Amino acid sequence: MKKFVLALLLALGFQVGALANEGGYAWDRFPTEKSTDMAALQNGAKLFVNYCLNCHSAAYMRYNRMKDIGLSDDQIKKNLLFATDKVGETMKVALDPKQAKEWLGSAPPDLSVITRSRADIGKGSGADYLYTYLRTYYRDDTKETGWNNMAFPGVAMPNVLWQLQGQRAARYVEEKNPHEPGKTEHRFEGFQQLTPGTLDEHGFDEAVGDLVAYLQWISEPSQGTRLQIGVLAMIFLGVLTVITWRLNAAYWKDVK
Amino acid sequence: MAEYHEAAADATASQKLLNWVDNRFPLTKLYNEHMAEYYAPKNFNFWYVFGSLAMLVLVIQIVTGIFLVMHYKPDASQAFASVEYIMRDVPGGWIIRYMHSTGASAFFIVVYLHMFRGLLYGSYRKPRELVWLFGCGIFLCLMAEAFMGYLLPWGQMSYWGAQVIVNLFAAVPFIGPDLALLIRGDYVVGDATLNRFFSFHVIAVPLVLLGLVAAHIIALHEVGSNNPDGVEIKAKKDAKGVPLDGIPFHPYYTVHDIFAVSVFLLLFSAVLFFAPEGGGYFLEYNNFIEANPLKTPLHIAPVWYFTPYYSMLRATTDVMVNILAGIVAVAAVLGIVRGGFGAMGKLALAIIALVAVFLLKTFDAKFWGVVVMGGAVVILFFLPWLDRSLAKSIRYRPGWHKYLYGVFVFFFLVLGYLGSQPPSATGNIVSQLGTLVYFGFFLLMPWWSRMGTFKPVPDRVIFAAH
Repeated sequence: MKKFVLALLLALGFQVGALANEGGYAWDRFPTEKSTDMAALQNGAKLFVNYCLNCHSAAYMRYNRMKDIGLSDDQIKKNLLFATDKVGETMKVALDPKQAKEWLGSAPPDLSVITRSRADIGKGSGADYLYTYLRTYYRDDTKETGWNNMAFPGVAMPNVLWQLQGQRAARYVEEKNPHEPGKTEHRFEGFQQLTPGTLDEHGFDEAVGDLVAYLQWISEPSQGTRLQIGVLAMIFLGVLTVITWRLNAAYWKDVK
Repeated sequence: MAEYHEAAADATASQKLLNWVDNRFPLTKLYNEHMAEYYAPKNFNFWYVFGSLAMLVLVIQIVTGIFLVMHYKPDASQAFASVEYIMRDVPGGWIIRYMHSTGASAFFIVVYLHMFRGLLYGSYRKPRELVWLFGCGIFLCLMAEAFMGYLLPWGQMSYWGAQVIVNLFAAVPFIGPDLALLIRGDYVVGDATLNRFFSFHVIAVPLVLLGLVAAHIIALHEVGSNNPDGVEIKAKKDAKGVPLDGIPFHPYYTVHDIFAVSVFLLLFSAVLFFAPEGGGYFLEYNNFIEANPLKTPLHIAPVWYFTPYYSMLRATTDVMVNILAGIVAVAAVLGIVRGGFGAMGKLALAIIALVAVFLLKTFDAKFWGVVVMGGAVVILFFLPWLDRSLAKSIRYRPGWHKYLYGVFVFFFLVLGYLGSQPPSATGNIVSQLGTLVYFGFFLLMPWWSRMGTFKPVPDRVIFAAH
């Protein structure tokens, strides 16, 4: 019993420790209602094609799958098809990964399943991460690109959305460390707008929300169908369970 | 050999057909032996549904697996893309893939619960030792299936998980590096590894698995099922030779299991349709990044069902090896002083202990970690002979045995949790403690299982009509 209690205490202590060590910039919450909002997804598609698809591919995603978010083949062809002329093609880029690595320091990852890969148990979903990441760029002259990021410190990608967001700097304050007297801590206190963007803060959050909704959708285009069939399956199995429960009871009445 | 029977003159067409078959194949005989006249104790509780559920999941895995193989490409340059192709372009592909990935975790959940049932009610005790041994074989096959299947999506966790585990074999003294090379088929995990794991995952291991499942059920139906009271129902029979406490498997346990299947499918579908990633435990997030041999992930964790054993592996540090050497020494001294052996026996014991301590200190702790991890599974095979309690079922064992089981389960879960976390100093101490509890539970069982006051075991099963 003593061991039991000891282990329990140790395990508890460990968990608290793990939580405290989680560290890093806390993720904002992605507005999940956007994942089912067709207008948001379509706007996200437009932003994706204009701002991301020059360097990043989504090589498992076909253009014509966007019919699922309410676009017609014709609309896709006219507005979203820059790199190819066939709507059945996948979203590839002409950029050679080797050259990209030379120019940018690292090859831009494929974005087909980026949302699913960036989730973190305890920190949030992949959409939360992207929503935070795309909104926390700031000017940093110590970096080659002149940009740095709160959610992804030392990121290789510059802020491609800077014209929309404007340029910002990170404000830090020096604070006394409560645990180690005599030492000071560098604490992030917020962003400071340096130059205005074409969108205000709310407008930019909305735009990034739409873009992330789109990225989240392409990571699993069948998610809508999945949820719909899921509801039907649960109803069917719920009824089946009641029937089999009563069937079982009817047979077992005889067992004395 | 059965006699040839002519069908009765007034038999219906279907009776004649059945008679024709029965003269050539023991269809009715098999049906009676395994279903209609297989008498199972009437006092089964909900712990007894997990065997049938394991069969169901096995069928799900085989059927979905067949369809996945139609579209999957076991090729290092195409594997990851082919899984995404299944998820996007194959009609219904996503549902088949999620069934298979959720099924893998569901398999371990039901099998762990099935094994725990055996532990609770002493289902492995005489005369059911072989049922248990075949079951342990199935568990080993299942682990091999899961491990090799996990490489196939060719994500980062697939790749690096396989890399870490195959490298463990390199820690085996003398033959280690060659053994690891033989398993990988290359100097690093690569296309050759993927191909052989694919072959094992879809052909070799399932064949063995199915054979063992057949043996498991044949052995079970030969000796009959145990029950929550641990009473042999065959000891009390009526005039026709039917056990007084037995009821035909069909229809009573078929309807019972169908009910269990509906509840199971409800839970299974809830995960499949609404949380197919299982919160990052069933499908690890890192595995949505294609395998990259040049980029080691910061934190490599096996899937949840392997984490207890992975914890034990990590717990076996140099300090732990010293503790193990100390335990061997103490055990040897106790055996010599109190074991009641003759002079030769005492000498043999001393020599064995000395050799064991010498080996522990000679080989690398990493190798002993592998031994501990493997031993944690192998020790299950010995359970029928380790348990010497006077009552099979936990119901008639001393009350404190329940607490002991509780401590064992608690530490198994803690080990599982720690195995999914990055290593830490405190975590390591707790998992060392957990490892000692795990092995202590089994290795000291011959002694503790006989201690305490047992309650009288009834002649007949306890059953309250529903």
